Amino acid sequence: MSESTNGSSVLLRLEGVNTFYGQMHILQDTNLSVAEGELVCLLGGNASGKSTTLKTVLGIVRPRSGTVTFADEDITSRSTSYRIRKGMAIVPENRRLFGPMTVLENLQMGAYLHGGGEPEDYERVYSLFPLVYERRSQLAGTLSGGEQQMVAMGRALMARPKLMLMDEPSMGLAPILVERSFEIIQQVHQAGVAMLIVEQNANVSLSIADRGYVLSTGRIVLEGKAAELIQNEDLRKAYLGR
Amino acid sequence: MHQVFQLLGYFQDYQLTWSFFLDQLVAGLTLGSVYGLIAIGYSMVYGILKLLNFAHGEVFMIGSYIGYFVLTAFGGAADPDLPYALVIALMFAAAMLGAGTLGVVIERFAYRPLREKRASRIAPLISALGVSFCLQQLAVIFFGSAPKQYDSFAIDGGSLFTRVSIGPFEIQYMQIFVIVLTVILMLGLTIFVARTQVGRAMRATSFDLEAASMMGINVDRVIVVTFLIGSALAGAAGVMNGLIFQNVDPYVGFQVGLIAFAAAVIGGIGSIPGAMLGGLAIGLGRALSVGFVSSAYQDVIVFAILIGFLLLRPSGIFGVPAPSKV
Repeated sequence: MSESTNGSSVLLRLEGVNTFYGQMHILQDTNLSVAEGELVCLLGGNASGKSTTLKTVLGIVRPRSGTVTFADEDITSRSTSYRIRKGMAIVPENRRLFGPMTVLENLQMGAYLHGGGEPEDYERVYSLFPLVYERRSQLAGTLSGGEQQMVAMGRALMARPKLMLMDEPSMGLAPILVERSFEIIQQVHQAGVAMLIVEQNANVSLSIADRGYVLSTGRIVLEGKAAELIQNEDLRKAYLGR
Repeated sequence: MHQVFQLLGYFQDYQLTWSFFLDQLVAGLTLGSVYGLIAIGYSMVYGILKLLNFAHGEVFMIGSYIGYFVLTAFGGAADPDLPYALVIALMFAAAMLGAGTLGVVIERFAYRPLREKRASRIAPLISALGVSFCLQQLAVIFFGSAPKQYDSFAIDGGSLFTRVSIGPFEIQYMQIFVIVLTVILMLGLTIFVARTQVGRAMRATSFDLEAASMMGINVDRVIVVTFLIGSALAGAAGVMNGLIFQNVDPYVGFQVGLIAFAAAVIGGIGSIPGAMLGGLAIGLGRALSVGFVSSAYQDVIVFAILIGFLLLRPSGIFGVPAPSKV
């Protein structure tokens, strides 16, 4: 595996990525990397290109130029299901659980490429989230926001990911649940899963991240160690001043 | 006023007896089985692609023709080369396989290219109408516009239409057969959708296609399976329709397809049990209209009820009301 600056091997790398929606140039020469086991957050306001970045990583949006490398393989032209099989999983914005299906069925969908999952996959999820076990035969659409967040993370874990992508995990959650949610993210991260988190809430995400990037209108304008970014004057003015 | 009395006159013409009512009930369930099986195909495809697959009626029609050709290939019903049960089983197997394949081919060449080009939602609708007319006219060219006759088989000295008594009912062999087979197919479908991984993927895709693809579900494959199953059920319904009415013509797909489409809407389009219930409701409505009012009025009555029902409950029996934008 190729070496990153801090010595651990690089899991995901975007190099010179340009993405378009029709005529609109969304991501402009984006470079970004996540090392194995690292927790990286991608900050930015509305329409800065955060979600497009995640969609590019997952292959839902294809870049017009540039490359996406995952686990030492160029996956730029690979399908979403190929990438998931290689070790990616996502907790989408607003969680997007399958509402009319049970919690257990949602987990089974997370493990779709692993034939619905092995007992040890379920044990891992249930030991992280005992509540998910209690709710397993309930319809996912009837759960509270916090419970849905746990099911969505459990569903992503069922894919046995090396890299978990999270799109706005704090969105739509009460402040107390945001904190709880990031504790859970940290827990999953400590279990050895690398994470790329897209967030508007810079404070809470930088507090648990190793590194961070700041996107503004499709360009990465700032990057660095989370501990340094949290001290950065410009960033404080733009995102932390509230 | 005169017409009202005339309508009432029909009641006097028929013997308005309990057993006559039960006969109509069974006839309605039989007809409703056919409508329901076709309606499921409309509903499943709409659930996933939000596409009104108007070619579905023609898939049903082709299924009915396949049944007819299998029947003639084995010497016809009057003098079949094989035991009649085997001939009927072969008719259904071939019709389901053929119709299922046809559905998959239609999806591959008429709908998927439009999806890949991100065409507007109206484009596949027009494509569906085009396929519908093509198949209908191809049937006219190759099979002729005159109806082809099915046959009633010789069964234990009687025929498919011989009646047997079951409790208070006097039921034809054919009706028993259609209703039982429909129940079996429905149970099979229910188990498939509820219990298998592909069935679950179909439900997930129907609820949220993009989220399903984010799980690694190959949405194109789910769509193929959906067309295969929906079309195979329509093929089975085609053979049933041939056995019930004893013939098939190139226009039967349009007529019956439209009624089945209405059944899917009444049930709440997108819902499988809804489609089946909607089919049974229309089947019963038609049979009771024929029995107690007049066969000329059957569609007037059924569709008047349909409009009335939709005014009260626009999303259908099991449909989810469309969310209003805030």
